[in-house]
Amino acid sequence: MNIAPHTSASNGSSVPQGSSTQDDASDRKVISTRNLDLTFPTADGSVQALSDITLDIDRGEFVSLIGPSGCGKTTLLRVIADLEKPTGGSIEVNGTTPEGARQDGAYGYVFQQAALFPWRTIEANVALPLEVMGLKAEERARRVRSNLELVNLIGFEKKFPWQLSGGMQQRASIARALAVEPDMLLMDEPFGALDEIVRDHLNEELLKLWATTGKTVVFVTHSIPEAVYLSTRIVVMSPRPGRIHEIIDCDLGADRPLEIRESPQFLKIAHRVRQGLAAGHAPEA
Amino acid sequence: MSAAASHLTGRFIPVFSILLVILFAWYIGAVALNAPFQHDLEKRTGNVTTGVAFIEKTLSQPKPTMPAPHQVAQALWKGTFGVKPWSRRSLVYHSWVTLSATLLGFAMGTLLGVVIAISIVHVPALDKSFLPWIITSQTIPILAVAPMIIVLLAAIGVTGLLPKALISTYLSFFPVAVGMVKGLRSPDILHLDLMRTYSATAAQTLWKLRIPASVPFFFASIKVAIAASLIGAIVGELPTGAVAGIGSKLLAGSYYSQTIDIFAALIAGSICAILLVTLVDVVGRFTHRQMGGKA
Repeated sequence: MNIAPHTSASNGSSVPQGSSTQDDASDRKVISTRNLDLTFPTADGSVQALSDITLDIDRGEFVSLIGPSGCGKTTLLRVIADLEKPTGGSIEVNGTTPEGARQDGAYGYVFQQAALFPWRTIEANVALPLEVMGLKAEERARRVRSNLELVNLIGFEKKFPWQLSGGMQQRASIARALAVEPDMLLMDEPFGALDEIVRDHLNEELLKLWATTGKTVVFVTHSIPEAVYLSTRIVVMSPRPGRIHEIIDCDLGADRPLEIRESPQFLKIAHRVRQGLAAGHAPEA
Repeated sequence: MSAAASHLTGRFIPVFSILLVILFAWYIGAVALNAPFQHDLEKRTGNVTTGVAFIEKTLSQPKPTMPAPHQVAQALWKGTFGVKPWSRRSLVYHSWVTLSATLLGFAMGTLLGVVIAISIVHVPALDKSFLPWIITSQTIPILAVAPMIIVLLAAIGVTGLLPKALISTYLSFFPVAVGMVKGLRSPDILHLDLMRTYSATAAQTLWKLRIPASVPFFFASIKVAIAASLIGAIVGELPTGAVAGIGSKLLAGSYYSQTIDIFAALIAGSICAILLVTLVDVVGRFTHRQMGGKA
């Protein structure tokens, strides 16, 4: 049961969805925020990074957060990951607080840069979270192997990060996030720094990965085609203050070859996202 | 291979040219400084020489004002290879005495510096309260403090290696503490965030992230620290009238106007410093490569 997108352009006038669907959806809900606010204090006054964010994400969904810079998409992801604390509203992750979810190892976080430790080999980098978790050596080796297999990096275990291309480094960082065996993947513009060819390829691989593992993915991007190609739902955000402008369903089905990006259906959704972004960007009356 | 060879000559030629210039200036200086004494001597004995013969004599005095390079080289050779290494006249023996204090002091100083740095990075209150004191400690001239330390420790019965090593510790902990504070704080915010997503403890973040990230800073710091340790050990030998060590050779040389011995001891000290710094450098390069650094 998918919660219908609420498409309110104004701030938070929309009430959360009808309570009859609430019980049904509650066990499927992984992330649930209610009127979330976050204000950063700065030297010259405070900046409202997030304003009245109400969003539900179901288990197994692939949700993209898209918007111009300053719209709070990364901040929202960081709140979900408990890397930032909200200043108002409520948020539940995996039925608990973000802090609890973080401590349970509920998510794997992929940053814009691969953020591999330069002094560790690829396999040692993937093993890093497993060492922190205190897993035994055999279990670590098993998970490192299976996750490197998943991202096609077998044969590069003993290499150091600088010996790999940017795309391979980012694949290694995805393997590292998956090694935790989390329910969720939180990805912050993971392919933003890569060229388009590598990006297409990794998008395809990520979709396959999502289809085979059934994990919930929250994906931050500023690329419209990327968001439409990958997502089941697209959250369009707008800046100053960072808020949800519109939530667009993206029902392209499970099987998505790269060519789907030229289909009329794809272009229609991309057009809607573009319109949403333009409308959200315009100064409000 | 040829690249390595050209690299070697590329460094060798400039260094060698400077050495030649220094030697030349040194000889000129030795002649100029020793000439008045030689002049007086020849006037008194009536055995007056001129020209090349006179210059030769200024460069072969037994107790010259300024010893000539070859005299120092001879003393150095004799002190190193001409006598048994455990003999009192051996520079190897004296160097070892100083080096043992240096290494002990360096080890203690490095440990102290690292412990201070870890505390400062983890306890915000110490950052504010500790660092000014550490900096103040280094503004006190070591030459003034060293005799007090030696005398005070001797009063409570601590003599020998340890007092000298403590002066080395005093000089060497500072660069390590300052360098390691910087090194332990050097990890990217991104890497720190990553450790946070794993809910890593402070100790795990320290061992798996902060310490590996600080390694280049560590080696840069201990390069300075080990040279400072050697100076500390030599200075520690001066006020005690120490019976052995480079410092005692310097002192004895100045008591008896054995300028050649002073210079030989000085050069022996420099050679020790070069060896120590080179050793640190080699270990640093090896570690860098082990940690996946580009050659």
